[in-house]
Order: sequence, then C-alpha cells, then structure tokens
Amino acid sequence: MSDHELRVSKIRNGTVIDHVEGGQALNVLAILGIDGSEGLGVSIGMNVPSDRLGRKDVVKVEDRELSSSEVDVLSLIAPEATINIIREFDVVEKNRVIRPTHVSGVLSCPNRNCITNAGEPVETEFAVVGNGVRCGYCSTIIRDDIAAHIDV
Amino acid sequence: MRQDHLITATQLSRDDIEAVLDRARRIAADPAAFADRHAETVLALCFFEPSTRTKMSFDTAAKRLGADTIDMGTVESSSVTKGESLADTVRVIEGYADAIVLRHPSEGAATLAAEFVDVPVINAGDGAGQHPSQTLLDLYTVRENHGLDGLTVGIMGDLKYGRTVHSLAAALTNFDVNQHFISPDSLRLPRSVRFDLHEAGAQLREHTDLEDVLPELDVLYVTRIQKERFPDENEYHRVAGQYRIDAGTLADAREDLIVMHPLPRVDEIAADVDTSGHARYFEQAHNGVPVRMALLDTLLEGTQ
Ligand SMILES: [Zn+2]
Repeated sequence: MSDHELRVSKIRNGTVIDHVEGGQALNVLAILGIDGSEGLGVSIGMNVPSDRLGRKDVVKVEDRELSSSEVDVLSLIAPEATINIIREFDVVEKNRVIRPTHVSGVLSCPNRNCITNAGEPVETEFAVVGNGVRCGYCSTIIRDDIAAHIDV
Repeated sequence: MRQDHLITATQLSRDDIEAVLDRARRIAADPAAFADRHAETVLALCFFEPSTRTKMSFDTAAKRLGADTIDMGTVESSSVTKGESLADTVRVIEGYADAIVLRHPSEGAATLAAEFVDVPVINAGDGAGQHPSQTLLDLYTVRENHGLDGLTVGIMGDLKYGRTVHSLAAALTNFDVNQHFISPDSLRLPRSVRFDLHEAGAQLREHTDLEDVLPELDVLYVTRIQKERFPDENEYHRVAGQYRIDAGTLADAREDLIVMHPLPRVDEIAADVDTSGHARYFEQAHNGVPVRMALLDTLLEGTQ
C-alpha cells in the first residue's frame, strides 16, 4: 500500500474516484449530488501527492456504485479521474471518465435571462462543445471555470 | 421544411429557406390561390412581450390563408401574472390551436415550449436569442433585390442583443455571402453566435466604423441601439450617434446598395434615406405577410 492511500481509509463497498485534479473534490461531490444528507460514508483526500498530477484529490463513497453516466460528467472538471468500483475491499472495475456529449441537470446557466432560470419544470441541458459546454436553451457557452456553474 | 417547429435560424438549410421563399413568391403573385387553404385552422398568438408589428403580421398572414387566430391578450391580463409556467401555458393553448406563435422575453423560451407540445411552435422572438421568421422575410427582400449569392452584407448596430441579427447571420451562412459586422465594442456579436458562424465556415469581419466597409456593401442591415444597453445616457448618445446613417453617409455607397431595418426605427436611419433609392425597409416589412403565409403553410402542411 502506497503512502497516499494510507491517508484515506480503505472502503469495503462503494466507489473510489481517484486522480481528481487537486482542489476539485468538493465539486466532484456537488456534481454527484452527494452532500452528506444521504447518510453515505464519504471520505476525501485533498492535495495528496501524485506521480501523474503532482497533487490530486481522492473521493471515496461507501455503499454506492456510481454509474458511468453519473461519473462521465466529472470529466468536465476532472478529466484525468479514474473510477474504481469496490466490492469486499477489492477493485472489481476500474474506468477512466469519458467526455460526455451532453450534461443534464448538473450545471446552471450563467445567463440570468435564460428560460432555465425562470422556474420552469425542466432540467438544464448542456452540450459539450470544444473546450466548453453550451446551454441547449439559450446557446450561452461556458468555457472558463465550469465548476463555478455546478448547480448545488 | 423537415422540421416541425421553427425555433432558430441555425436549424434552416439552404433548401428549407429557398422552399419557403419560393412559396412566398407564388403567394405574393397570386394570393387568392391560397385564400382558403387553412380554413379549419386556428393559430395561437402568444406574445409575452409587447409587439404590435410581428403579431399583426402573423395575424394577417393567418387570416389570408383562411385561418382563425386566438390571442392571449396582454401579459398583464393573463395567467402568467398569476405565476403560471410557460410549460403549462403552452400545454393549455395546444388544446385550442393548431400552431403556436411565441414571443417571450427569455432566451430559450421557444425551445422549451416546443418540448411540451406537439403542434408546431414558431419562435417570434425569444429575448436576445433568435427571431427566425423575421430572417425569412429579410432574406426574401435581399433575394428579390440582389439574389442570395455573391453578396457582401453589412450588419450594423446592436449585434449583442439583436435577435434579428443573430438569426440573419446564421441563415446567411447557407449562401455565398461575406458578412461584415459593424458595432461598438460593447455590442459585438455574442460568443455563441460567433461560434456558430465559425462552425458553419462563414467569412466574417468585425468593424467599429461603417466607413471602413460601406463602399463594398450590397446590403446594409441597420438595427437600433437601445438606451437601456448603456449605464449612462451621455455614453449612449455618444456611441449611438456613430451608428446613425443619413443620405450623406451613403454618398460613398454603391449605387445599388439596399438599406434594410427590422423596424421600428427611431433615429438610426434619417428620413432623407427614405427617398434616396437605397431604402428597402418598408418593402421588407410588407414582405412579412407573404413570407409568414408561406411559413405557416409549410409547417401546417406537415401536420395534416
Ligand atoms: Zn441558458
């Protein structure tokens, strides 16, 4: 067991999101809609030394196996992330996040005059374009700091 | 047209546009032949924002096709003031009408409405977003004067918030047109519109001075710069003054330059341009009826 893994305890069942860009762990939880109220065991390692990233964050969520559609959205803020599904302390599945073509309901549109900010019964819908995302309703493009638009 | 709705001009192909304009030309030539085509049809005019011209134009177009129109009245007197969502409003109106024309102050409103109903939705302006039916009549006007290929078009004024500009620029990418955009720096085309133009491979250039490009233009499309866009009234007067034209401004223009404007104008085009031989804005407004008849006829045909 390497040094950095010791900093966050092992989990029996659940999901380990590794190689998250340093400082993005709380945004990862926000994207996944996990705020502690679900009663899931959650542990976070922030700014853990990493060969690949220099500093990385690690997020462990107990008793919940995250689906690929849930985790692919993470690629917007943590493109290097790996997703490990754990059963009985063993990694049974290990995947990289894949850039999705669309993101539903995770981001809020920064255009205050967008119909999605008017209390209508719809989820936001963003298309992934180039190095940003684009609102499917008002066409506004977000390029910088996508994490700032996570709807929490 | 393959689409069920008309939401943005970016959805329109060259074939779509030409089919509507050809039909509009047939209607203009022989309106009587189209007079009873939609006698059993009801068109809902849902204007969540004051507009007289666009509403009257659609109303007239529908009636000349033999259709009836219903109107939700002013926003103040409708359920909207009681807090009803747009999604609910259009689902109710869908029960009364065969198609919905929607003007709304929020960007994306028509996209949202189209998700909730099965009848055709026509975007008649969504905030600073799009106004594609205006674009069809703009293109009709350009085509009747110059054709639609091998042109140099200048679009001037409020390019940031001007929905007619956003739709026109997108639609022109279907044709062999050089586009020049003339505006103050603070009112340049929004990133999303420039993104679509680049994606479509459009040739576009941006300027702050009309004189840099005026002598090359076949079409000058003028839009109003509104006072609300400026924090300070002096700044507004200083900036807007640079984007007004009069007959003297056009001295350097080509003889066959046409000047267009979605109307209403205030003072951005001086009255002396009206008689200069360049003005086409009244012709453009009149074209709204046959073009909207052609659009309604096309969309309603798909539902029968
Ligand atoms: Zn939006």
